[in-house]
Amino acid sequence: MQLGDENSADSGTLLALSDLVLRFKGHKNDVLDGVSLTVKRGEVVCVVGESGCGKSVTAMALMDLLPAGSATISSGNLDACGLNLDLTSTCLPSEMRGNRIAMIFQEPMSSLNPSFTIGDQIGEAVLRHKGGTRTQALDRAQEMLQRVGIANPEQRLSEYPHQLSGGMRQRVMIAMALANDPEILIADEPTTALDVTIQAQILDLIRDLRDETGMGTIMITHDLGVVAEIADTVAVMYGGQVVEQGAVGEIFNNPQHPYTIGLMSAMPRLDNPVGRLAIVPGTVPTIANMPQGCRFRTRCVFATQACAERPKLSQIAPEHDVACHYAPLEVNVSVAI
Amino acid sequence: MLSFLFRRILIALPTILLISIFVFALQKILPGDPLLVLAGEERDPETLAFLREKYRLNDPIWMQYLAWVGNALQGDLGISLRTNQPVTELMAQKLPVTIQLAVMSMIFALVIGIPAGILSAVKKGTATDYVANIVALSGLSIPNFWLGIMLILLVSVKWQLLPASGYVPLSEDFWLSIKTMLMPSFVLGTALAATLMRHTRSSMLTVLSADYVRTARAKGLVERVVILKHALRNALTPIVTLTALLFGELVAGAVLTEQIFTIPGFGKLVVDAVFNRDYAVVQGIVLVTAVGFIFMNLFADAMYYVLNPRLRGQ
Ligand SMILES: Nc1ncnc2c1ncn2[C@@H]1O[C@H](COP(=O)(O)OP(=O)(O)OP(=O)(O)O)[C@@H](O)[C@H]1O
Ligand code: SF4
Ligand SMILES: [Mg+2]
Repeated sequence: MQLGDENSADSGTLLALSDLVLRFKGHKNDVLDGVSLTVKRGEVVCVVGESGCGKSVTAMALMDLLPAGSATISSGNLDACGLNLDLTSTCLPSEMRGNRIAMIFQEPMSSLNPSFTIGDQIGEAVLRHKGGTRTQALDRAQEMLQRVGIANPEQRLSEYPHQLSGGMRQRVMIAMALANDPEILIADEPTTALDVTIQAQILDLIRDLRDETGMGTIMITHDLGVVAEIADTVAVMYGGQVVEQGAVGEIFNNPQHPYTIGLMSAMPRLDNPVGRLAIVPGTVPTIANMPQGCRFRTRCVFATQACAERPKLSQIAPEHDVACHYAPLEVNVSVAI
Repeated sequence: MLSFLFRRILIALPTILLISIFVFALQKILPGDPLLVLAGEERDPETLAFLREKYRLNDPIWMQYLAWVGNALQGDLGISLRTNQPVTELMAQKLPVTIQLAVMSMIFALVIGIPAGILSAVKKGTATDYVANIVALSGLSIPNFWLGIMLILLVSVKWQLLPASGYVPLSEDFWLSIKTMLMPSFVLGTALAATLMRHTRSSMLTVLSADYVRTARAKGLVERVVILKHALRNALTPIVTLTALLFGELVAGAVLTEQIFTIPGFGKLVVDAVFNRDYAVVQGIVLVTAVGFIFMNLFADAMYYVLNPRLRGQ
């Protein structure tokens, strides 16, 4: 991709990850094969795709949170927080983590340490990056709890995670992540474990914060409802690659990659509650069984000989990139199916 | 907290009752008539009858038991058939010796075992991990008596650095007392260190892959804080419990080591008593160590409770 110079000159770009190739130790194939992502100021980028396509691994690799020594990165560049990092040899410094780039996780029940109070755990993030006294850090923690909509924040400070519900814990995680006013928030399925009402509240919260601070957000989800609700742009991943990305309207109304088309038709719609049969038959091949060339080949109804060669992610319309030899399709498939 | 402890004590009571019955029954089941030991060469029927009367061996067995328990509750565990000293007094003399040995051993065990466990968990799969595991395995498989004898041969006989055996009370000469206990407590401590190291390692490994450790890293905390605060705090909970139990075991089970280093502690007392069929002493020791063990268990439970905010709230 031609990110690099062009994009970093654009002061609106907060984060540019390019061409990340990653392999877990003991595996013969790359789990991530050339993943690129860009986040602009105030933008919510949703990363979607089936389970196991590498969404979490991408986020973890970016944050350097993969278990130490578990993976090797053979290519990848990260432009964020005023740093340009060659990920093959360096990683995001811990001074940036939880400070200028923050992350929240899918598991609100287990992501907080059961042995320390809420105040301690939020305050600790403040102390680490902003310094100051413990009292100042606790004040900040209380302010954050208030901001994420937790009642009685002062009392909550001295409580332990087990005293809070799942929704509250996820709010605490968000308060912790946002305590240092990060410019980028990575949210890995932050609402999957929560019920619908709380899910809506948390999405509202993220949107409000985006509006207030201009924070950029990478939101990982496999819930297209969430995407429709919050996304500005969407990146569709399949088998460790971004196969299609673009403005949310483009992706929903004019999907071009056969996989995206399948995903869209798999989504239950209000006007058709029964839902359509997905045209994504079969399951994702394991990493060891990934085909050469286009990784979607084994399941693609349009596949031909040409697909033995890997298609490049290329622009087919403004703000719309697709990695398929046959894009743009001649017919509007979303209408056709 | 109090109601929790109260429940635990209630559960412990039947156990103590069972133990007391068992300990009492032991005397009746064991072969050999202690009176014969006492009466010595003269098997004069009159002397025997007198002794029977004196030790109330003619009463029905349940009366003997009740009398024994009643006395025990008042701190009277009977008189040693051998030395004619009260059993409680005999134990009171030996207990400080054994406790000093146990405490020093435990310090060795903790100072070696826990850091080694943390290190091998954090460096899992590296040379450090393998070396730590091999050392721990040898610590578990080398018999204490062998290590003890080797230490005596090298450190005391050859290099003449430390006393080979014996016991000096702390009050008499503090440093000499510590020095004399150094080798035996090292022998006992290293065996426990191996156990502690293995448990710390596996506990740390579980905790290191926990979601909250990932959260701690995501906050940007430096690795030292992630490991020593967020991971260790949770990994230590089961280790504290284990330590309390091991401590109970130390007090009860230092027999062999006490023999090798000729330390006049609990272990030696019990061995001598068994050989002499000094049943009152055996009974007393078994009863007191068993009850002590139950209390260490209670203490372990209480520690678990204190360290675990999830339980504290209930
Ligand atoms: N530490 C690891 N070691 C080996 N393989 C791993 C490791 N972590 C993840 N993987 C593999 O990498 C692939 C991508 O996993 P990832 O967690 O990124 O999927 P995902 O897109 O987040 O899926 P989900 O929607 O289920 O969260 C999976 O096949 C997974 O088994
Ligand atoms: S490149 Fe070929 S196999 Fe891949 S998605 Fe396009 S048509 Fe299907
Ligand atoms: Mg995931």
